[in-house]
Amino acid sequence: MTAVPALEVRALTARHGQLTAVDGVGFSVPAGSVFALVGANGAGKSTLLRTIAGLHRPVAGSVHLHGDDVTATGPERRVGRGLVLVPEGRRLFPSLSVHENLRVGLARRRPGQWDIDRVLDLFPWMKERRNQPAGQLSGGEQQAVAIGRALVANPSVLLLDEISLGLAPVVVQRIYGLLPALLTTGMTVVLVEQDVSQALAVADQVQCLLEGRTVLDGVPAQLTGPQIEAAYFGLAGAGR
Amino acid sequence: MNWVNAVVQGLLLGGLFALFACGLSLLFGVVGVINLAHGDFAVLGAYVAVLLLPSTATNALWALLFVPPLFGFFGYLLQRTLLQRSLEISPLTTLLVTFGLSVVVQNGLLEAFSADSHSFNVGSLVTSSFKVDEQLQVSYLRLGVLLVAIAVLSVLSLFLARSRTGIQIRAVADDREAAQMSGVNTRHIVGVAAAIAFATVALAGLAYGMTAQFAPYSGSALLLFAFEAVVIGGIGSLWGTLGGGLILGLAQSIGFQIDPSLGVLAGHLVFLGVLAFRPTGLVPARAAA
Repeated sequence: MTAVPALEVRALTARHGQLTAVDGVGFSVPAGSVFALVGANGAGKSTLLRTIAGLHRPVAGSVHLHGDDVTATGPERRVGRGLVLVPEGRRLFPSLSVHENLRVGLARRRPGQWDIDRVLDLFPWMKERRNQPAGQLSGGEQQAVAIGRALVANPSVLLLDEISLGLAPVVVQRIYGLLPALLTTGMTVVLVEQDVSQALAVADQVQCLLEGRTVLDGVPAQLTGPQIEAAYFGLAGAGR
Repeated sequence: MNWVNAVVQGLLLGGLFALFACGLSLLFGVVGVINLAHGDFAVLGAYVAVLLLPSTATNALWALLFVPPLFGFFGYLLQRTLLQRSLEISPLTTLLVTFGLSVVVQNGLLEAFSADSHSFNVGSLVTSSFKVDEQLQVSYLRLGVLLVAIAVLSVLSLFLARSRTGIQIRAVADDREAAQMSGVNTRHIVGVAAAIAFATVALAGLAYGMTAQFAPYSGSALLLFAFEAVVIGGIGSLWGTLGGGLILGLAQSIGFQIDPSLGVLAGHLVFLGVLAFRPTGLVPARAAA
């Protein structure tokens, strides 16, 4: 008997109208590990993550959370079961203050060690600016609030969509620096990243998507640069 | 001519407009529904009171206790069923659906209560007033309506600013999908917003019925005034709505003072002026209560 994976995706297919954005993708993520999805723009990474979170309805396949099939469960109820997405573009509530944004994250909070105070300890600048509208924050600050809003729900599986997009390298380093702290709490992380080197540096397992299909799957240490490059750009002879 | 009197009466009238407008503003700001049946639902609220009060001699103030909660419940159900379904199709569909509701309500009332106008019995309150000076009398009833409007808007903005549900309502208004991925039950929250909007429209309908006569077709004019108050004040801002209602009331009352046939027209002109020169309204953007 192997341990039940924290998240398992089986042959998931999702469409945008006629376009098949995700085509039979499957993977399994053990609890407490980091899984990275890489790929070029339009490879289907974000659609895949949104489908896992329940915001996009799949046409085939299933999503299992700690062994339970959640494919038919609504997105807000998945939050209550421990599956929380930090969306692409951060998607804060611009007219709400920093503190109010975090309060919204409490809607289906599961018991656990994360709460608003702990998030404010993690990002000390938020304490002084808790009453500032989130729309006035810089991109990096907004990303921190978006992560904080997800953390207060005490997710067991955290989905991070392009958290480095549009941020200065030093800010990206700081945000990725948080990952070890999350993993020690037993959290499982699935991240989508365009920056391949960033993803490879933190991931235990990586999968590369091209036009909605898995073209490369493996452990970062065992993959070579040219292999990944070929898969990423869809060059002949890539992966499998 | 007594200008002070025109200003005071205008402000008192504005309280009623603000009460009408706040439900319209909330439903549009949070739910995304432009409710063309808003005025008819107000009139329906007044007729529900006529129907449920034990007799026409009963003081209509009692209706304040049960009509708004009843309408809140009705609003929640309507949102979770008809309005939600039409929203999922397209925003244009909600216009058609609420227009249809408006026709249904007007004709249903006509069928049930005939075209005769009704009025409420509010006892001695209908005539009692206090004299500020020889030319200025303030009706207790109209003053009460203004105070109720201010109280409703205060409680509502405090609720939206502080309570957990209020914050979730504002989050849904900002970004519905993001609220969903934060675990908010958006359908329920939107239903609660609709319930509040319908409770306030019932309150407005009762207030209207106490200060004037109402008939099945009264709703259309009320809808227009509510729209004007919302646009003048700035869409999505509760305090802007109060300001918009007061400005509309003032414009009508001062116009009436200049020439009795000018009253309603003056209100429309101010509304058009705001649309032309300051289309975002006087309090632009969503002032987060």
